[in-house]
Amino acid sequence: MKHHDRGLKHFSLSVIWLWLIVFALLPFCLVTLASFASHDDTHLLKLPLTLANYWQLNNAIYVKIFKQSFYIAGTCTLICLLLGYPFAYAIARMKHRFKGLLILFIIIPFWTSSLIRTYSMITMLKPKGIISSALMWSGIISKPLPLLFTDTAVMIGLVYNLLPFMVLPLLTNIERLDNRLIDAARDLGANRITTFRKIILPLTMPGILSGCILVFLPAMTIFYIPDLLGGSKSILLGNLIQNQFLIAQNWPLGSAISVVFTLLLAILLLIYWRSTRDKENRDLL
Amino acid sequence: MKNLPVTSYLTGIYLFFYIPIIVLVAYSFNDAQYSLVWHGFSMRWYHELFQDGDLWIAVMHSLVLGVAAATIAMCVGGLAAISLFRYQFFGKRLLNGLIFILILSPDIVMGISLLILFSLLQVTLGFWSLLLAHITFCIPFVVVTVNSRIVSFDQYIFEAAKDLGATDTIILSRIILPLLWPALFAGWLMSFTLSIDDVIISYFVAGPDFEILPLKIYSMVRLGVKPEINALCTVMFCLTLLLILISQFALRKKP
Repeated sequence: MKHHDRGLKHFSLSVIWLWLIVFALLPFCLVTLASFASHDDTHLLKLPLTLANYWQLNNAIYVKIFKQSFYIAGTCTLICLLLGYPFAYAIARMKHRFKGLLILFIIIPFWTSSLIRTYSMITMLKPKGIISSALMWSGIISKPLPLLFTDTAVMIGLVYNLLPFMVLPLLTNIERLDNRLIDAARDLGANRITTFRKIILPLTMPGILSGCILVFLPAMTIFYIPDLLGGSKSILLGNLIQNQFLIAQNWPLGSAISVVFTLLLAILLLIYWRSTRDKENRDLL
Repeated sequence: MKNLPVTSYLTGIYLFFYIPIIVLVAYSFNDAQYSLVWHGFSMRWYHELFQDGDLWIAVMHSLVLGVAAATIAMCVGGLAAISLFRYQFFGKRLLNGLIFILILSPDIVMGISLLILFSLLQVTLGFWSLLLAHITFCIPFVVVTVNSRIVSFDQYIFEAAKDLGATDTIILSRIILPLLWPALFAGWLMSFTLSIDDVIISYFVAGPDFEILPLKIYSMVRLGVKPEINALCTVMFCLTLLLILISQFALRKKP
């Protein structure tokens, strides 16, 4: 019987380990290796190994794209946080009978195809689209507003797509907030701002951080949002990597960009990990 | 009316979420090719969709891929979650960490890394490369969904079963699976949804001989707004909506 027991355990563990090693660990190692490779017209990847790809990244164009990407993703994260926090807070503290339904209405965009949602934004932002027409009809502007194919359109598209990813972790975190702590603070004479700053904000920090990570990471790489909503000028890291792999056919350079990008993300995650080390729950999962 | 500002803020955000989708759905029924003005209700764009043979092939491909990927991801992810919950083993924290990293790793990095893997292993880009990629990105979501349900299990059930002489296999088939099927089912539905919606990873590992729906939509959308795309997106949206509702229902905690 003992033997039988171990059979299932070993089977399950071998399947999951094998899968993750072959399709997650090994590919990541291969990208790292590829980032040191060379290439020519007939070989996508070849020896000798070189550091040239990383030297190439020092080029002003690439540095600019890295900075711009971080700037766009950072701004998007900030907007999502400022819009999403009060929203999540209001819903989490609600005692309405429709609360479950309201939460469901946030889960729906969370799971709906982000491509479809991006596409729906085109209709809104077109020069003769809904927003432009509404503004003209109300007399605020006199000629069609060229919103589509601008950086503003990319930002609107990113916020529209990623806001649910900020709201949901915040919501679970704020719902767990102990009301008695807030009452105690108020009883001890703290005003609303002090209560927020000293009690609510620190306690919901894990939710804020996981929301920020869930928005920031995709914001740098959803290449189809700038592709569909932005002009060719606005280029994110995602577009750059996609370009190197599928158009310029420079896999080593594309890999080097991904490796640097992954390292920067790893640093951010490490900061998150350390800042929540003492907390019982990490809300990310 | 103390709550008026709060209510209007909430309404504003919900409108931001839903107006573009409602507009998209409305225009899919508009009887006009280019105009934004309402020209009357029409099913004509849906009729045109039904006549597009290439599109149907892409739909079939996506459905087959989604069902296969979701089913395999459910099995592997389910086994992983059960093992993580029940057993102590060497490298448990590493496995947990790996799943966590897999959820967070940007799609594009996963896409290019699998592309490099497949090209080195000389896997032809097409159904198999897509299937392996989709299973890989679905597994962690199944693990998380199943895990969120399994942690609420009473450990004593397993102790009792063991004392009564049940083997692991019996515990799995008689206790764990009957209790866990709603979570497994929800994980399956989420995986299926992820699979039929994925653009970024599929973009790298798809081949010319196996066209799938999200990439087909992407290539159509790049050419601009068309009423047929509105109709197609409406159908996709309704399908996703149905799947979400079912999975939320399955995951609902029993009173």
